[in-house]
Amino acid sequence: MTETIAFQGLIGLSLAMYLWLISAGLTIIFGVLRILNFAHGSLFMVGAYLAYTFYGQMGLPFGVAILLSLLGTGLLGFVMERGFLSRIYKVDEAYQLLLTFGFILILDDAVKIIWGGVFKIPPIPAFLEGAWPMFGKSFPVYNVFVIAVGLAVAVVLWAVFEKTWWGRIVRATASDREMANAIGVNVPRVFSGVFVLGAMLAALGGAIGIPVRVVAPGIGTAMIIQAFIITVIGGLGNLKGAFLSSLIVGVLSAYGTLFFPVFELFFIFAIMAVVLLVRPQGLFAR
Amino acid sequence: MTGRLSPRFTTPLLALLVLGLFLLPWIAGRYPVYLAMQILILAVFSLGFNLLFGYTGLLSFGQAGFFAVGAYGSAKILLAVPNLILGIAGGVAAAGVAAFLLGILSVRHTRIYFSMLTLAFGMMIYSLAWKWRDFTGGDDGLVGVPRAPIDIPGLLSISVAAQDRYYYVVLVLSLLAIAAMYRLVRSPLGLTLQAIRDSEIRTEFAGVPVRKYRLVAFTIAGVYAGLAGALLAPLENTVTPPIAHWTMSAEPVLATLIGGIHTFGGPIVGAFLFFVIKDIIVRYTEYWLIWFGVIVVALVMGFPSGIMSIFAQRPK
Repeated sequence: MTETIAFQGLIGLSLAMYLWLISAGLTIIFGVLRILNFAHGSLFMVGAYLAYTFYGQMGLPFGVAILLSLLGTGLLGFVMERGFLSRIYKVDEAYQLLLTFGFILILDDAVKIIWGGVFKIPPIPAFLEGAWPMFGKSFPVYNVFVIAVGLAVAVVLWAVFEKTWWGRIVRATASDREMANAIGVNVPRVFSGVFVLGAMLAALGGAIGIPVRVVAPGIGTAMIIQAFIITVIGGLGNLKGAFLSSLIVGVLSAYGTLFFPVFELFFIFAIMAVVLLVRPQGLFAR
Repeated sequence: MTGRLSPRFTTPLLALLVLGLFLLPWIAGRYPVYLAMQILILAVFSLGFNLLFGYTGLLSFGQAGFFAVGAYGSAKILLAVPNLILGIAGGVAAAGVAAFLLGILSVRHTRIYFSMLTLAFGMMIYSLAWKWRDFTGGDDGLVGVPRAPIDIPGLLSISVAAQDRYYYVVLVLSLLAIAAMYRLVRSPLGLTLQAIRDSEIRTEFAGVPVRKYRLVAFTIAGVYAGLAGALLAPLENTVTPPIAHWTMSAEPVLATLIGGIHTFGGPIVGAFLFFVIKDIIVRYTEYWLIWFGVIVVALVMGFPSGIMSIFAQRPK
């Protein structure tokens, strides 16, 4: 029994990494731009489809395909931010939500038009195939890869925001955009950069999932809901909180499907509601 | 209703429109009548949504939850007791109670936190509809919901099983709901809600218990969503979980946005345009949502007050 619990925890950990990658982007965009990007799940989906095209259809190496997918989704994010969002920063935030909702409708159907409605699963790249024995079962190497990527992104993001000049400028903009503007920070450029970075993080989550998760038109709307849950539990705009709550939700839903599969969904939304009511700043706010 | 046009012009026009709606089964075929019911139901749903959004300033993403409570409520009752009055009243009451209880919690927040909270509550209802198999039938839903007769024992029993007859049920109840909302937004209650939207702090200082008023608006919006759901169940004869999903909450949002949030008639016109545009697009392509996405983006970028704002006075 303890072995099952430990093993299921590992499964949950790899699940948590997809959640972390999409929530990280959602969180930094909200933290800096103060926009809750409803279309963030659609960026995750576009990232998955682009990676599928480059890897599964064109046969490029897996790493190259992921890189190209990040670039493509980053470009899409740039167009969304520069072409549309940046023009309505002064409007009521409800309209910003509605605009990103319009993006969902466009991207979800565009994906169906381009790639068709049938779901796709390309093969696992050869060097990531196989499984390691762990806790009396075999743990797929691919899951180890996913965990490694997620942790690496966490370390890199921490280093960028805490240790680099650009990171400091972004944090300054997040805490007071007018003051940042007054001392000479190019705020619009920071906004674009952050949005593109967020889009690429979502795309990375989508792209590394393609051989093991389904690539289908619905994955965007499914992921955005989970990402909302996580960012709410971690605290909107709190990157460390997003990481910790990704771990919690990932592991909990792995156990949830094991112990009480029927009401898993209900409980996760109930947790979200309780956190919003009792601690709207998130569980991990200082 | 349409600010700049004089009532001398609009009143006969509205009377003509209502008369046309009552004559519709005689002048049009089955499909237009069915479409008219869908439009009326969405109009009721959207009016409730807009009382929250346009008049009170609260953007809810959980209205589909109350729509589903109304639909499942009326379906459960109609499957047990074949009496349309009980079914629809029961569905509306269930949605009203659910909205009141969840509203107590929801109105503790505003802005994005309110939107997130309503999303969570709506999705909790969705997961119940989906997973609570014994009560809701799970993903099969509830099937064979009858269009039971309007029955007052010992007094009358009117069969409304035929589509044309059921149409009059939908029409009369929708018109009543629209009229009630029209009175409501012009009453002191409606004006107070708009004052809260425009300046919460000022209204609070004027001695208005802001939260209580928000709760009233939330409950009424839930009742309207419930009525829409309760009318849909006997129309379609089935109720399935997708009607509770957050993407379903988007329908009143789209209709209201298309019609305009700052006019009373906006959600009604929007509901009409929603189905007409959809009906035209699906003749050419199955991908109709992308066009609604384009419309939403264009409206938000171009004129966020909606199409009806062309006729209305500019909000100050």
